[in-house]
Amino acid sequence: MSVLGRAPAAEAPQSAPACAHCGAPVPPGAGRFCCAGCEGAHHLVQGLGLEAFYRKRAMAAGTLRPVEAPPADFAAHALEEKPGLHRLELVVSGLTCGACVWLVEQALHAEPDVRRARANLSTRRLTLAWEGPAARANDFAALIARLGFRVAPFSPACLRASDDAEGRELLRALGIAAFGAMNVMLVSVPVWAGIDMGEQTRHLMHWLAALIGMPTVLVAGMPLYRGAWRGLRAGRLNMDSAVSLGVLATTAMSFSETLRNGEYTWFDGATALLALMLAGRLLDRAARRRARQSVAELLALQEGQVQVLGAPAPVPVERVAPGARILVAAGERLRLDAVLESEEALLDTAATTGESLPRRFSRGEALAAGGVNMGAPFVARVTARAAEGSLAAMGRLIERAEQARGRFPALADRAARIYVPIAHAIALLTFLGWWFLGGLPWQAALVPAVAALIITCPCGLAIAVPSVQVVTSGALFRRGVLVASATALERLASADHVVLDKTGTLTEGRPRLLPGDWTEEDLRAAASLARASRHPLAQALLRACPDAPLAEGAVETPGQGLALGEARLGAAGFCGLPPDPRGMSLHFTRPGHPPVVFRFEDSLREDAAAAVAAFRAAGLGVELLSGDAPEVVERVAAEVGIAAWEGGASPARKAARIAELAAQGRRVLMVGDGVNDAAALACAHVSAAPASGMDVAQAASDFVLQGGGLLPLAEAVERARRAQRVAAQNIGFSFLYNIVAVPVAIAGYATPLIAALVMASSSLAVIGNALRLEGGGRR
Amino acid sequence: MDILVWLIPAALALGLIGLAAFLYALRSGQFEDLDGAAARILFDDETPRKKDPR
Repeated sequence: MSVLGRAPAAEAPQSAPACAHCGAPVPPGAGRFCCAGCEGAHHLVQGLGLEAFYRKRAMAAGTLRPVEAPPADFAAHALEEKPGLHRLELVVSGLTCGACVWLVEQALHAEPDVRRARANLSTRRLTLAWEGPAARANDFAALIARLGFRVAPFSPACLRASDDAEGRELLRALGIAAFGAMNVMLVSVPVWAGIDMGEQTRHLMHWLAALIGMPTVLVAGMPLYRGAWRGLRAGRLNMDSAVSLGVLATTAMSFSETLRNGEYTWFDGATALLALMLAGRLLDRAARRRARQSVAELLALQEGQVQVLGAPAPVPVERVAPGARILVAAGERLRLDAVLESEEALLDTAATTGESLPRRFSRGEALAAGGVNMGAPFVARVTARAAEGSLAAMGRLIERAEQARGRFPALADRAARIYVPIAHAIALLTFLGWWFLGGLPWQAALVPAVAALIITCPCGLAIAVPSVQVVTSGALFRRGVLVASATALERLASADHVVLDKTGTLTEGRPRLLPGDWTEEDLRAAASLARASRHPLAQALLRACPDAPLAEGAVETPGQGLALGEARLGAAGFCGLPPDPRGMSLHFTRPGHPPVVFRFEDSLREDAAAAVAAFRAAGLGVELLSGDAPEVVERVAAEVGIAAWEGGASPARKAARIAELAAQGRRVLMVGDGVNDAAALACAHVSAAPASGMDVAQAASDFVLQGGGLLPLAEAVERARRAQRVAAQNIGFSFLYNIVAVPVAIAGYATPLIAALVMASSSLAVIGNALRLEGGGRR
Repeated sequence: MDILVWLIPAALALGLIGLAAFLYALRSGQFEDLDGAAARILFDDETPRKKDPR
């Protein structure tokens, strides 16, 4: 790249004062970068000659700010493919556009020993292969982290979540079915049109159709036959069994017609039906794939490793034995149940109990997994291995509740349960009628019977619901609501009561500076000190005064505070003041000024009140249920306008309250983010969790709210109801088609042409109806 | 009607070639990342690529 070409490229995004690397706003006069990390990243990109990235990327400002690399050991995750050739699978968070993919791949390819680097934009997955020792894995991970992306090893759990073997099989089956359908059509259309076709030619055509159609039906139908078989073994008739029976009976009848050189064969109908079914199934999956992948990404990022004292490298959580002594760094999440061994620890237990204020623990107290260390690093002794700890117990509770919920019958299945036996009975009666009463030979009697079967085959019915789901999930996805489970929309549509958690759901879950007895100048001086720290309160202070310059030379004492010369910012004791019992606060002392105190609280989400109003407008009862202190809960409830609230609720109490409501016949939508909500989320009729919440909470939820906004969820209720109405209309549509077409089939007038017309037009009508949902959403 | 002897096998053969290409593409992972593939085309390989062992 020429020198001439380089300068404007790097300068280009600088029209407003924005960081040259991540694009976040930069305080005037602070240079081209918002932080040292971005400066390093920019030099790295420039050194590799990859500045084209800055011209071509399309991403939100600030997402690329490098953070410290997680203390994970990537070498343990490297697989040896061949002697000397290692492979590593990573999740790369922040990979949002084609330019990012390019940057990551090119940067890795610039390393001399990298043989293969391929990033997948849809799954955020990077596959990396290199020649040399496994330990190089850490260098590569650090390189990507320096560019500003967050990396995590791909654990088996998230591999399972993102691996889409079933989707691939469906796609393959669809390809085969589409090929079969089109080629059978090639030989079948001449037979329908059949103007001057001799008997012999027709027979040839039949055989050709059978030759293409039968293998197609056999191979491409496998996913459906398996579903039907599963249903049969569970003693249920489902959509799959109806389709399978229809397709197989049609194929068998057509083969018999081929043998006796009948007038028509129906292979084209069977294969086209199969292709349509598979397409519907595939669309349905694709609608939820993005949600599953986002969840998998979150899982990978939260997948933890812990510092075990005496171990040379961090150890994966699941391998830590009880009795091990672990070191929990400042800002790190405690991932195992443990007993505190250090003198004192300050833990933010918002995720486990819902308390908004960090709690102080002293030596010998039991700590529950899930808390975040807000103070100095501490040592604790593990009391239970991960699989037996409190987090895992919660996971089992969720699983049990999920199984119960998994039995919620989907609308389409409910329709199929009524519809399938009727359709089969009609076909059977048609056959018997023509055979005994009509006096036809049994092969001939089979034709109208199977024609009735294929026309009643719930083709429109099978597409009726998936098409609605696809359109609605797509619209919700664009608003940041991820639909994670198959019947989530149906259940959301029927919800009539919403129970909200406070911390992290109604509130941001992060502290905000309260007005107090300090001047702008105090704030500015304190914020420039705070710029040197990653402590949550320091960050909150900085958010209140974002353009404070960095104070050079500030020294942080982890968990205590920051010092620069005589100036001190931090805990009361650290600043030489008497202890301060009141919640989240930072003290600030400097020579020549009176000491000041900055107080913080967990602020409400911007859209909290609007969301509560929207829930109410949708006819849902609203209730606040929190583990936090009653007076805090009362204040928040008053602020957003919720009359029914309850504070100090334990996880068990939350779940019990949900059960209580369910016993009153209410269908509860539970929204929560913490470990303490997981049980309630799982036993609610339908549930949602913000993407910033705990992984257990998301695993228990039907919806994941990206960006954490509640208002989109409130709107989703209305949208889900509309989707339900359209789905019901669609099912009605398909019934109507059948009521018209079935008598024709029974009477023996149906030809493959009529069957094809009915099938195609009913599917199109249903899809067209579903697309109305998309238009309606842009009000 | 003799023409059918040629036309039908030719049509089927073309269809089969398409199917084979689809199955090959599926197996070699070309359907794994449709979003990425759409974006990738916009970038040149500015650094010389090393030989891919695959």
